[in-house]
Amino acid sequence: MSARDDILGGIRRALRRGPLPAETQAALAERVAAHRRNLIPARAASLAPAARIDLFVAMAEEVQTTVARVASNDQIPAEVARYLVAENLPAELVMAPDPGLAAIPWDSWPLLDIRRGRAEPGDAVSLTLCLAAVAETGTLMLVSGPDTPTTLNFLPDTHIVVVRAGQVVASYEDGWDLVRNRATGPLPNPPPLAGEGRVGAPAGWPRTVNLITGPSRTGDIEQRIQLGAHGPRRLHIVLVDECSGPEGFGNAPAVG
Amino acid sequence: MAEPPRVALLVTCLVDLFRPSVGFAAVALLEEAGCIVEAPRAQTCCGQPAYNSGDRADAKAIARQVIAAFAGYDYVVVPSGSCAGMVRVHYPELFADEEPAELARAEALAARTHELVSFLVDVRGMTEVAARWDRSATYHDACSGLRELGVKAQPRLLLASVAGLSLTELPGAELCCGFGGTFCVKYPEISDKMVGDKAVDIAATGAATVLAGDLGCLLNIAGKLSRLGIRVEARHVAEVLAGMTDTPAIGVPAA
Amino acid sequence: MDATSHAFPANARAGLADPTLQRALGLARTGFPARRQQAIERLPEFEELREEGRAIKDHTLAHLDFYLELYERNVIASGGQVHWARNAAEAREAVLGICRAVGARIVTKGKSMVAEEIALNDHLEANGITPVETDLGEYIIQLRHEPPSHIIAPAIHLMKEQVADAFRAAHTELDPGRPLDDPRALCDEARTILRPHFLAADVGITGANFLIAETGSSIIVTNEGNGDLTQTLPRVHIVVTSLEKIVPTLEDAATLLRLLARSATGQEFSSYTTVSTGPRRPGDLDGPEQYHVVLLDNGRTDLLGGEFQDMLRCLRCAACLNHCPVYAAVGGHAYGWVYPGPMGAVLTPALVGLHEAGHLPNASTFCGRCESVCPVKIPLPRMMRHWRAREFAQALSPPTYRWGLRLWAMLATRPALYHAFAEIAGRALGWAGRGRGRFRFLPFAAGWTQVRDLPAPEGRSFHSLWAERQRSGGKR
Repeated sequence: MSARDDILGGIRRALRRGPLPAETQAALAERVAAHRRNLIPARAASLAPAARIDLFVAMAEEVQTTVARVASNDQIPAEVARYLVAENLPAELVMAPDPGLAAIPWDSWPLLDIRRGRAEPGDAVSLTLCLAAVAETGTLMLVSGPDTPTTLNFLPDTHIVVVRAGQVVASYEDGWDLVRNRATGPLPNPPPLAGEGRVGAPAGWPRTVNLITGPSRTGDIEQRIQLGAHGPRRLHIVLVDECSGPEGFGNAPAVG
Repeated sequence: MAEPPRVALLVTCLVDLFRPSVGFAAVALLEEAGCIVEAPRAQTCCGQPAYNSGDRADAKAIARQVIAAFAGYDYVVVPSGSCAGMVRVHYPELFADEEPAELARAEALAARTHELVSFLVDVRGMTEVAARWDRSATYHDACSGLRELGVKAQPRLLLASVAGLSLTELPGAELCCGFGGTFCVKYPEISDKMVGDKAVDIAATGAATVLAGDLGCLLNIAGKLSRLGIRVEARHVAEVLAGMTDTPAIGVPAA
Repeated sequence: MDATSHAFPANARAGLADPTLQRALGLARTGFPARRQQAIERLPEFEELREEGRAIKDHTLAHLDFYLELYERNVIASGGQVHWARNAAEAREAVLGICRAVGARIVTKGKSMVAEEIALNDHLEANGITPVETDLGEYIIQLRHEPPSHIIAPAIHLMKEQVADAFRAAHTELDPGRPLDDPRALCDEARTILRPHFLAADVGITGANFLIAETGSSIIVTNEGNGDLTQTLPRVHIVVTSLEKIVPTLEDAATLLRLLARSATGQEFSSYTTVSTGPRRPGDLDGPEQYHVVLLDNGRTDLLGGEFQDMLRCLRCAACLNHCPVYAAVGGHAYGWVYPGPMGAVLTPALVGLHEAGHLPNASTFCGRCESVCPVKIPLPRMMRHWRAREFAQALSPPTYRWGLRLWAMLATRPALYHAFAEIAGRALGWAGRGRGRFRFLPFAAGWTQVRDLPAPEGRSFHSLWAERQRSGGKR
């Protein structure tokens, strides 16, 4: 008997039953498909959008994320340049090849040396967008894809993330819905599924969803927190207050 | 006015053997709270040593005897959170696999059983006592009373009404003292570390007396304080609330 | 690793006698509980979330076969593979097989207690593959050739001087005169040393905090970012995990995530929570080309449907360790196997046998602090008591102890005899102790008097005094 069948058989024996009846399976499949939410703390969910954004900023700063607020796209390059100078960092960026970032007038700041692609060893500073920002804990939600390589989030010492105010959601659950909504394309190798209707990830589900809450840290030596254990030492957010960004910017519809 | 309730005192074997004063203090407090108090002679021990050692059969035999001895009273009151917890929380678990009638008897007893100080406050509505004691004290929250029965605010409420008493909170009051029934003799070195830390914490408060609601913990703490030469007295909280502080403290010889 | 749980009393004595360990434990004893308390005070819904967390896990365990099959289907649908393993040996072989198939020489590892459970590193090394632990704490103990002493802070038993010694001994290519006297310098050195390993590794191995049936995803929660570098950079990502980590949906995981960091480190949320689903997609610029899940049972399904099922709710947050006075006294190594503290005291006998680990469920005062902080309300003391009952039923406990118990039970079930004994013992001990009020040594209570005095009884039993009072119709 295969290990798989042995284990599944063992589970059923221990629970003193056979395979679940079809109607129970259908009810369980429905539970999964419904994405029913459990209790969501009122902390962020009860807030109006402006207060939710303020909470996001406060929670992010609490975990040593730095946040700069700018009024519009036009001001992003200047803010990035200002941050790099203030932190004594080189004016070199590796940037996600994200169409949402192309709309930002980088040419207005020609001293910034920008490469687009994945992060390579030696890259000091990366810049990305995100899918959403979760106010509850000051958490950024980023998804992987051809335009959004994951290495940008972890390899460089400094990670700069451009967040649009309209991307700030209350909860992780709001974020999961955004991931589901954007996942529409076909899966790479969808094997045929036997008979029944498919319960599970929609096609186009990203390889990785990264929830990032502050820079990398460790407390492994005498419980004294040190930033920059293996991932970025600094996490800087440029929060753009302008509500109607250009098409494709952050590819996230605001959710209520 | 309602008929005074008939209360049976579950003395506990440690109080019976080591410190009857605690039993008499409990009786005085219950009488102050308007109860008629009896101490059924058919009682011995609640069975916790057997239960916690995995000896289910003996635990059940002892529990059956307790259930019989305390039938017919309005309440059963215990000057120990640990023994009260045994009856209130663990008797129903112990008889969960027995026939329904027996389980029902265990549950009925459990529902009528209370730790002394929480009974005075929560059931009898007592908010103050008449006692006076010019002394400084600190209070250790014994684990079972605290976590199984929610005994925390009640002793502090009543102690606050004792004239002349100044109560200092004990840092780490909710940390176990390392008694743990047979634990303290099975793993004496670990128990020693725990009760040693507790004794140091108690000494650091500067209080003259440490109070608690469980004699097992008090014997452990008093024994460690005296071994370390720390001159802090240990008493059961009931003695202070009942104003019965003429007796020597735990482990102190009669004058 | 070979279990030394049978030697718990000796292990514990060694821990108590180690001043450096005691200093390190002193830091942990106050730090973790205070931070947890702060975090939950900021979240008014915390108690309700605990209740929901428990319900989610119970629901999942009751339908474990359904959710595992759904999970497997979705892993495959996203291009990954699931390797079912009945026991540690099968899991080790599965990992080794994957490594060999891609000719792996260097394997980076994120922290995984399941990998510890199956003793993966030793097996890889024995087969010519170099495992490199990348979590800072795990890296330190790997250098020191010792097991973790805590399930989320593996090097919590060490002080920074010991870490510095380990680094000097291992990083011989660096200037021996470099200063290594603070955690910042140590952390930076580990970062510098480990970065090339991340880049050179052929395979990255992580554990999983949760598996999501709905999407076929694994979730890891870390603070360092080492887990992400481990699973993003190599060609192959292997998730080594166990089957009770499964939950139905991302919504269910969100609830448990809200409980996890707060219970573990007292953080609102850990720095990195990563949901991984299959290998890199066409067009992706990074990510592993292969995604494997080694799904371990190793005795867990035997716990289903019985008195230890609740243990399968465990999130491995370590709140029970952080709040346990016994753990705080002796440290994690005393427990003698992979899982220490209260959760280990319940789990270890199930995984290595009661013969080996019988001490662990006994070494508890039942103070109940573990259960009171458990994010999914596992009744840890009750399950330790279940182990004691099994031990008693199988006559595994020491005979003198058993006889003592039987003798007391015999007395306790005979009230007349009991009262006679109480009066005589009370009078005898009271008389013997009347001078000092306490005993410094008593031959039949040596375990007691070895470390503390025994207060002398007052001299009479309550019941005999009560009988006198009843007869005289008045006060005492």
